[in-house]
Amino acid sequence: MKIAYYPGCSSQGSSLDYELSTQAVLRRLGIHVVPIKDWNCCGSTPAHAVSTELSSALCARNLDLAAKDGAECIITPCPSCLSNLKATTKRLQDPAKRARINELLDNPVAETVPETTSVLQAIVRLTTPETIKSMAKRSLKGLKLVVYYGCLMSRPHALMDFGDPENPMMIEEMLANLGATMLDFPLKTACCGASFGIPNRPMTAKNSGRILELAKNLGADAVVVCCPLCQMNLDLRQDQANQAMHTHFAMPIPYYTQILGLALGAEPDELGFNKLIVPATKVVSHILQGTGGSK
Amino acid sequence: MRIGVFICHCGSNIGGTVDCAQVAKIAEGFPDVVYSTDPMYTCAEPGQAAIEAAIHEHKLDGVVVASCSPRMHEPTFRRTVARAGLNPYMFEMANIREHVSWIGKDVAANTHKAAELVKLAVAKLRQDHALTSQEFPVKRRVLVIGGGVAGIQAALDCADGGIPVVMVEREPTIGGKMAKLDKTFPTVDCSACILGPKMVDVAQHPNITLYANAEIEDISGYVGNFTVTIRKKTTYVDWSKCTGCGTCTEKCPAKKSFDRFNEGVANTTAITIAFPQAIPKKAVIDPKFCRQLTKGKCGVCAKVCPTGAINYEMKDELITEEVGSIVAATGYDLMDWTVYAEYGGGRYPDVITSLQYERLMNASGPTGGHIVRPSDGKEPKSVVFIQCVGSRDPSIGRPYCSGFCCMYTAKQAILTKDHIPDSQSYVFYMDIRSPGKMYDEFTRRAMEEYGTEYIRGRVSQVYPDGKGQMVVMGMDTLLGRPVEIRADLVVLAVGIEASKGAPALAEKLRISYDHYGFFMESHVKLKPVETNTAGVFLAGVCQGAKDIPASVAQGSAAAAKVLTLFAKDTLQSDPQIAKVDIARCVGCGKCIRTCPYGAIKETVVRNAEKAQVIETMCQGCGVCTSTCPQGAVQLSHATDNQILAEVNALCQA
Repeated sequence: MKIAYYPGCSSQGSSLDYELSTQAVLRRLGIHVVPIKDWNCCGSTPAHAVSTELSSALCARNLDLAAKDGAECIITPCPSCLSNLKATTKRLQDPAKRARINELLDNPVAETVPETTSVLQAIVRLTTPETIKSMAKRSLKGLKLVVYYGCLMSRPHALMDFGDPENPMMIEEMLANLGATMLDFPLKTACCGASFGIPNRPMTAKNSGRILELAKNLGADAVVVCCPLCQMNLDLRQDQANQAMHTHFAMPIPYYTQILGLALGAEPDELGFNKLIVPATKVVSHILQGTGGSK
Repeated sequence: MRIGVFICHCGSNIGGTVDCAQVAKIAEGFPDVVYSTDPMYTCAEPGQAAIEAAIHEHKLDGVVVASCSPRMHEPTFRRTVARAGLNPYMFEMANIREHVSWIGKDVAANTHKAAELVKLAVAKLRQDHALTSQEFPVKRRVLVIGGGVAGIQAALDCADGGIPVVMVEREPTIGGKMAKLDKTFPTVDCSACILGPKMVDVAQHPNITLYANAEIEDISGYVGNFTVTIRKKTTYVDWSKCTGCGTCTEKCPAKKSFDRFNEGVANTTAITIAFPQAIPKKAVIDPKFCRQLTKGKCGVCAKVCPTGAINYEMKDELITEEVGSIVAATGYDLMDWTVYAEYGGGRYPDVITSLQYERLMNASGPTGGHIVRPSDGKEPKSVVFIQCVGSRDPSIGRPYCSGFCCMYTAKQAILTKDHIPDSQSYVFYMDIRSPGKMYDEFTRRAMEEYGTEYIRGRVSQVYPDGKGQMVVMGMDTLLGRPVEIRADLVVLAVGIEASKGAPALAEKLRISYDHYGFFMESHVKLKPVETNTAGVFLAGVCQGAKDIPASVAQGSAAAAKVLTLFAKDTLQSDPQIAKVDIARCVGCGKCIRTCPYGAIKETVVRNAEKAQVIETMCQGCGVCTSTCPQGAVQLSHATDNQILAEVNALCQA
């Protein structure tokens, strides 16, 4: 099966570590992907907040490139890219909307475009828990983790097709299979403040602070994430959250691909651990040496 | 034949979108029609008098009324023509209201369709024959299904009226949901104290036979003559010997059995007596938890029972009862609230249902009436009540209001303050629905005297904060801002649904039920107790959400209907039943196999096998007539010839 890979803009900068670790994990799991050549913006917030059609047209071009390259499906690590690609695919089924999208493009979009799914779901579909376990070089035993999916990965339910929108369990099952202790995290799909970090910083600080506080209270060693924007709000803005909440959290916010990558035998640098603002040293050394996690 | 036609205006109901005068004029041209008119209200006294006068004046021998649904007024007009000396079955009705005027606005099209329906009715009437009812005796006994407060009231009223009552209760004790409640609104009197005496009356009344821990297996027959098969589920305890002393429940070692009566807030023993005031006060073994029955060794209860009542070999028993009428009072269950992931979906021990909270407050409950948190047994100081959990929520297919949750939430908030004076209660609500007598005053008391904080808005999420409290995040839609409350305990006012198995029971009773499993009354406003099956009546929440006073009132109403029915010595049978033409019947027996009521039997006529309809059993459904390859079975008043006459009238236009 030919799988097209859509990296999304954050992979080029703020979430380089997500990109590095995603590639490392896919390589180790033997999932071959072909990046979409000459890809462009997915039409994320700055575009769709102004014009749905413009956003859709941007997305449609990416879908069209993948279709013409003969891809059978598209995978992307970013929930926001995923949401836009899926929504555009749906809009293209409406002839009137398709016509308006085509007006904005030089070339009309292919009649059928490949289905888009998350890298996470692709891993779950293309592997089995047994094969991942057999490929693991290191154990996650002794680590207490919570997973924070963010608001977008599972919603809207009908579009994202991600299981229970309030209580997804995909990453928990994946990491528990490798030995980690996964704690029930009730805020796993709450809002982190998203792009309001720019216009309304106190609100984002409070929302992110609440997530960090609960993770701390539950005794988690790290909050595992799968969204570049969530990661930025919880990690880069953790100081702002601490100020808002009058706390002193130093909670590592690794991507699930970084933890999975370590278990599969990749080295920390290869997975971009050095890009994290709050260092995940304890978590990394625990996995590498089997020590340093919570008692 | 001389036929009279009456096209009813029904005020503007029909007259507004059908040219009734024109329909009456067209009808004059139909065969055998000698008189045609268009009264304003045919069912009113002058309207009926006009029909009688027309029958005499124009020497009519058949009448067609075009008006509303026959479900509404067919019996009315049959009586009218009978008063004027016609056979009541020399009457036909055309429905030009529900089938015409209410569903279309095009006057020309409506008028045309109305005329067509009248033509059809005239054609049918020309084929009609006089039919006569048979009289049959009534068995003056009543079956009450369900021993909650509605069923208890119906049973006691019937029994006091001299009617023998058979009561069947699914649980080991009667009392229903009311027996689980602590106090009742709006008087805050003890539920067990007011229900208990009625339960004792049921046990002691000479006219009442009680089958607890039993279910309805099968019902056959018809009004006045039902045959009911009852499955007495095995209790593994011989109730004729059990004295209810409770020694077995003290000694039983299987102490982690699910406590149904206490809604699972605590564990109980495998052999139990539901609660101190249980009726009957007899022990029951839960086979899922009993060590003797699951592992084959224990036998403690058998050893300690002073009367030797324990019998591990006991089996279900089927018994048959003959009754003339049935009252269904099967009540409700709480919906499965764990579909709400935002309230934790059942993952958090300190998020409980309102009925569980009743058991925590109840002096005969597992905590002796001390309100404590299930997680750590500590007294909660901050309690959040969330209303409409599973009510008025189309997203989970439950758009209806459960009716009494607003009131019991106010009661629970008041009682919380009584139990724990330094506590604070919060109520998240959509609207406060308190239309009963003294009800709104009661909710105001909760707010004003007891300081309950009412917050209008929904809760978006409930989750543990990791330090022992629950965080309740919600919206205050009056202030227009989000609220966040730290709670020690969260109580969900869980919506109700029809009792488990209600649709299956409705099928056995041959009564209708709605989309949600609630039993359908015969008419929403005018026949709230009757069903579409003669002799079967409804009481309590099985018909729709209602509180205790309304359930009791409906229980008494159902009893009044039973007593009215039994006031006659005999009942008249419906003559619209199947008849076999012996000359045509080849004795193939197909009708015997397809009849859903077992109303056709085999007989031998001059050495030939023939089908014979048991007149009192036949419900007139017509399945046999469409099954019979010879056309030998005909349904009176809906014969092949009558139906074909209607089809011809429509198609030969």
